[in-house]
Amino acid sequence: MDINEARTVVTVLGLVCFIAITLWAYSGRARKGFDEAALLPFSEDDLPALKGGQTKEGNKNG
Amino acid sequence: MQSQTYNYKVVRQFAIMTVVWGIVGMLVGVIAAAQLVWPELNVAEWLHFGRLRPLHTNAVIFAFGGCALFATSYYCVQRTCHTTLFAPGLAAFTFWGWQLVILLAAITLPLGWTSGKEYAELEWPIDILITVVWVSYAIVFFGTIGTRKTTHIYVANWFYGAFIITVALLHLVNSAEIPVTLGKSYSAYAGVQDAMIQWWYGHNAVGFFLTAGFLGMMYYFVPKQAGRPVYSYRLSVVHFWALIFTYMWAGPHHLHYTALPDWTQSVGMVFSLILLAPSWGGMINGIMTLSGAWHKLRTDPILKFLITSLSFYGMSTFEGPMMSIKTVNALSHYTDWTVGHVHSGALGWVAMVSIGAMYYLIPRMYGKTEMYSTKLITAHFWIATIGIVLYIASMWISGVMQGLMWRATNPDGTLTYSFVESVKASYPFWAIRVLGGVLFLTGMFIMFYNMMKTIAGQKAYDAPVLAPAGAHA
Repeated sequence: MDINEARTVVTVLGLVCFIAITLWAYSGRARKGFDEAALLPFSEDDLPALKGGQTKEGNKNG
Repeated sequence: MQSQTYNYKVVRQFAIMTVVWGIVGMLVGVIAAAQLVWPELNVAEWLHFGRLRPLHTNAVIFAFGGCALFATSYYCVQRTCHTTLFAPGLAAFTFWGWQLVILLAAITLPLGWTSGKEYAELEWPIDILITVVWVSYAIVFFGTIGTRKTTHIYVANWFYGAFIITVALLHLVNSAEIPVTLGKSYSAYAGVQDAMIQWWYGHNAVGFFLTAGFLGMMYYFVPKQAGRPVYSYRLSVVHFWALIFTYMWAGPHHLHYTALPDWTQSVGMVFSLILLAPSWGGMINGIMTLSGAWHKLRTDPILKFLITSLSFYGMSTFEGPMMSIKTVNALSHYTDWTVGHVHSGALGWVAMVSIGAMYYLIPRMYGKTEMYSTKLITAHFWIATIGIVLYIASMWISGVMQGLMWRATNPDGTLTYSFVESVKASYPFWAIRVLGGVLFLTGMFIMFYNMMKTIAGQKAYDAPVLAPAGAHA
């Protein structure tokens, strides 16, 4: 195969691949995994345990 | 296993150095801007504009931006994978190795050691050190993902991962060079191929270092600070792949009307225009995360930083495709418009999202819930925003003016203006730029003070690793 044909094929495959990913992302099958993944940053509270002098409402310096 | 803690030490180190290098890099930028207004400031060869300018770009991109990316990626990947960093010794090496790279840049660039490639000026011994540090970074990051306790890999980690892999590829290809002496090398490529590889590198440095990496930051810190999950996770997946498939091709728009083949220029222009779609998809996804919680913007200056950064991201990713259109580029190229565009992205998007993320991170690194002063964060936000607006607006005006003056011709075909007349006309706008830069730098000093007050008297804190939730076990 001529190198330019190979380049064309790779480009078209890239487009097909991207369209396939988009269809998959918007299909119902991906939904459950996405919903779980979206909550990953919230699986825990990353604020350290409050110590004396600090309140949840805010600091005393403004 | 219960007593295991997250590796916050390396995050803490990078977070503090982000603020320090931010001040250094932006100070050099202000000096370089002042040198254009007051040429007498070009004292001694190693402090000349031509040497300080690459020092400024390297310091703000790789020292400030780089440290912010290291800090946030290490934080995000640990906390969303529910495991401590893989290979902690190697993680510590990435910190000290990266600081050494920055130090060597700060020494060699003023000495005039340069390979002459924009944003890749550092000479070959430093290039090798960068490669070693970067491979270590990849091992730590992907090793952490490989040892994760969760089923899914959160989308922010996909962006960080793409940034790490692509920057490795870009650096290796563009830095291929033949060493002559310790401080001098020549590119392995010649002529227009060299130019094309340089701008393939240059634009993807924007696309993957300054965009994909910081989008990873956005996808973690915007939902965290807003207290709600990302607006659309499926849009974030499409956003990711659209960006990956298109960014690689946009580089030729830096070489319009040059010896580069015409079709290559057109490919670069078309892909730059296509890029508007994923860019705005990502911006909308970030901003809409706040949907239903807009009131938080009124009181939370960290959210102000994050959401304003997305607005600037939207602005500069609209402006960029427009400037890549060949006829527009004929006016804008080589003028201050380009400089204004870059800073709308660099100050507005990259710096503001980093500053927001650092205000989130720094107190948590020291066992506190928030920064010493919220009022000072608000002050920083407004001073920085006014600084950016002054910077961008002055560069737009001077850029369009320069473009129009350079192309103006008399009826007999001769040029209406000499070059120096356009320099003279730009003068007031360069003064406004200095003012904008000084304001932005002032904001960074306020941040430094706030950071020192937050840290003062506090012990370093490492949060315990979360036990995996039942559903993810």
